[in-house]
Amino acid sequence: MSLSESPTIEVKDLKTYFFTKGGIARAVDGVSFSVGRGKVLGLVGESGSGKTVTGFSILGLVDEPGRIVGGEILYRGENLVSASPDRMRELRGVNISMIFQDPMMTLNPVLRIDTQMIEALQAHESISKDDARQRARDVLGQVGIASPDERLRSYPHQFSGGMRQRVAIAIALLNKPDLIVADEPTTALDVTIQGQILYEVQKLCSQTGTALIWITHDLSVVAGLADDICVMYAGRIVEQGSVNSVLDKPMHPYTDGLISSVPSRNKRGVPLAQIPGMAPSLLKLPKGCSFGPRCAHFSNACDSIPDISNYENGRQIRCHNPLGAGTTLRVTD
Amino acid sequence: MSVFIIRRLMQSALVVVIMSFIVFSGVFLVGDPVEILVSDDADQEEREMMIKSMGLDKPFLVQYGIFISKAIRGDLGDSFVFQEPALLLILDRMPATMELAVVALLIAIVFGIPLGVWAGLKPESLASKSIMTGSILGFSLPTFWVGIMMILLFAVVLGWLPSTGRGDVQIILGMPISVFSWDGFSHVLMPAVNLALFKLSMVIRLARAGTREVMHQDYIKFARAKGLKEQRIILVHVLKNILIPVVTVLGLEFGGLVAFSVVTETVFAWPGMGKLLIDSIGLLDRPIIVAYLMIIVFLFVLINLLVDICYSILDPRVRLQDIKS
Ligand SMILES: Nc1ncnc2c1ncn2[C@@H]1O[C@H](COP(=O)(O)OP(=O)(O)OP(=O)(O)O)[C@@H](O)[C@H]1O
Ligand code: SF4
Ligand SMILES: [Mg+2]
Repeated sequence: MSLSESPTIEVKDLKTYFFTKGGIARAVDGVSFSVGRGKVLGLVGESGSGKTVTGFSILGLVDEPGRIVGGEILYRGENLVSASPDRMRELRGVNISMIFQDPMMTLNPVLRIDTQMIEALQAHESISKDDARQRARDVLGQVGIASPDERLRSYPHQFSGGMRQRVAIAIALLNKPDLIVADEPTTALDVTIQGQILYEVQKLCSQTGTALIWITHDLSVVAGLADDICVMYAGRIVEQGSVNSVLDKPMHPYTDGLISSVPSRNKRGVPLAQIPGMAPSLLKLPKGCSFGPRCAHFSNACDSIPDISNYENGRQIRCHNPLGAGTTLRVTD
Repeated sequence: MSVFIIRRLMQSALVVVIMSFIVFSGVFLVGDPVEILVSDDADQEEREMMIKSMGLDKPFLVQYGIFISKAIRGDLGDSFVFQEPALLLILDRMPATMELAVVALLIAIVFGIPLGVWAGLKPESLASKSIMTGSILGFSLPTFWVGIMMILLFAVVLGWLPSTGRGDVQIILGMPISVFSWDGFSHVLMPAVNLALFKLSMVIRLARAGTREVMHQDYIKFARAKGLKEQRIILVHVLKNILIPVVTVLGLEFGGLVAFSVVTETVFAWPGMGKLLIDSIGLLDRPIIVAYLMIIVFLFVLINLLVDICYSILDPRVRLQDIKS
């Protein structure tokens, strides 16, 4: 791979653990993926599977009692795991930004929108207040906020949830970052606005070459937006590959379950398939494959933790009995 | 906003009226001032003259009615002892008490907020634990005892600070004020610190609790995600949020400071209205006691009103509701 093609972000065997009173929660346990310029990676999984913690790890924002205990996060080749706090602060908001999951909580309730946007610019460059305000105004317009001048003077509580999320998205876009981690940014929005924002973000990424990690549990969003997909389960990636190949031909029983539980037009009237059981607690993971107790394909081999195996077209599956393995070639390296 | 203020004003007036009744009947119940004021060898006739002249022969409700009708005109009765209007006597001493209370409040804010925020940011550090232990002492040691110990140490043993009185005063805006001269300042310092200790401990605890709560909010993490410097996060994002409860409580507690200064004024012989109250209680000088209590009630009501207004300025969410209502 030549230097110009090297990915914007490359996560290698990342391990982020929470050292709680009840034991060690391995929220992210050996996660690897990479996202190139202008590419979109969909990170999907049930609640508690470690998606948000993965995002926070990339930004160096894992709070106590959590800690990155292993692996590398290479941002344009620079390892962020060993970067100094000052270096991380420099990168955050300019090179790498994040849109948080809950729009109601991400804006400071006692500061005006303009304050919160202008400071994001002034933290990184010497720019006059007026210029900063102008930039803020433009970006607010970009994410579809009408009369941005007036909106800039408002406080967060004067906005609906959807509007707040647009403001948060605007803040993430302000410094034209190379990488955006978007943590379920459209879940709080209604469907039409969701579509509009998805369109805006997608356009932006392809125009500016921004790499995007889009965290969601909504497979239909990923289908329309992402290039690649990572499916997470209990802190590990169980399946990854290009969106089309994974959604067309899921090989991990968990991915298969997720796909069958998405409502679709073709299956009208047929009851939705559900994955039986509940996501396991990270403090009491089952022995062997953590999906084992919920898996219809369980075999004796599943008593040991499956390794990642590589298949054609760059697909990776962590399962002893992958589905349709006969039709997809396994590659050994 | 103006609707809100008018409504609050009417509520305040009601509170003052109700409190006046409680205060008046409360004072009516304790002791008989005649016993103290009339000399032992006075005969029955002299006693009755005395009682009549003070209006104590009339039924309670009539006495209260007279009190109210005069009070509305700003006359809270004459002191039995000084034969002067009680209100004037108290107002005369008010600047001294106010000065003490304001200096104490400033001490509580200027030291309390930084210490509390520090303790909230580093809850596990030794410094933070010492601050919290100190604040427990500030809460639990009785003010008068601490005052006496301070006098012993700083006035008697070390001889650094004077132990009684106001020292040099300067007339500022028509009021005698001590803090602006060195001599006056050295007189205010000890009583003000003594009076401030309790509030200081409270501010520390409030600021610490607020900081700890705010630091865990998503918007702080989001501020970090924007790449803000830690000092901006603390000085703007955290401080502005914790100021709301601190200002509210401190504002409300200012009345408490004035009321509590009774103890400090007595210990340090500070010539304020608290000391006048204690002297008057000893002499059962009812008009002064009633007037003092009414002034305190008035002060509390006024402070509540001002705090509500300040609050609405600090917290945009409150402002909007007021405009709507
Ligand atoms: N502060 C914390 N203390 C202890 N454990 C934590 C903490 N934060 C996260 N975890 C652990 O990390 C796991 C993964 O959390 P994470 O927020 O990444 O899930 P998620 O995939 O984003 O879920 P959701 O879809 O609900 O947002 C949690 O199940 C929890 O066990
Ligand atoms: S390893 Fe076994 S239990 Fe785990 S997903 Fe595959 S088949 Fe199911
Ligand atoms: Mg999450």
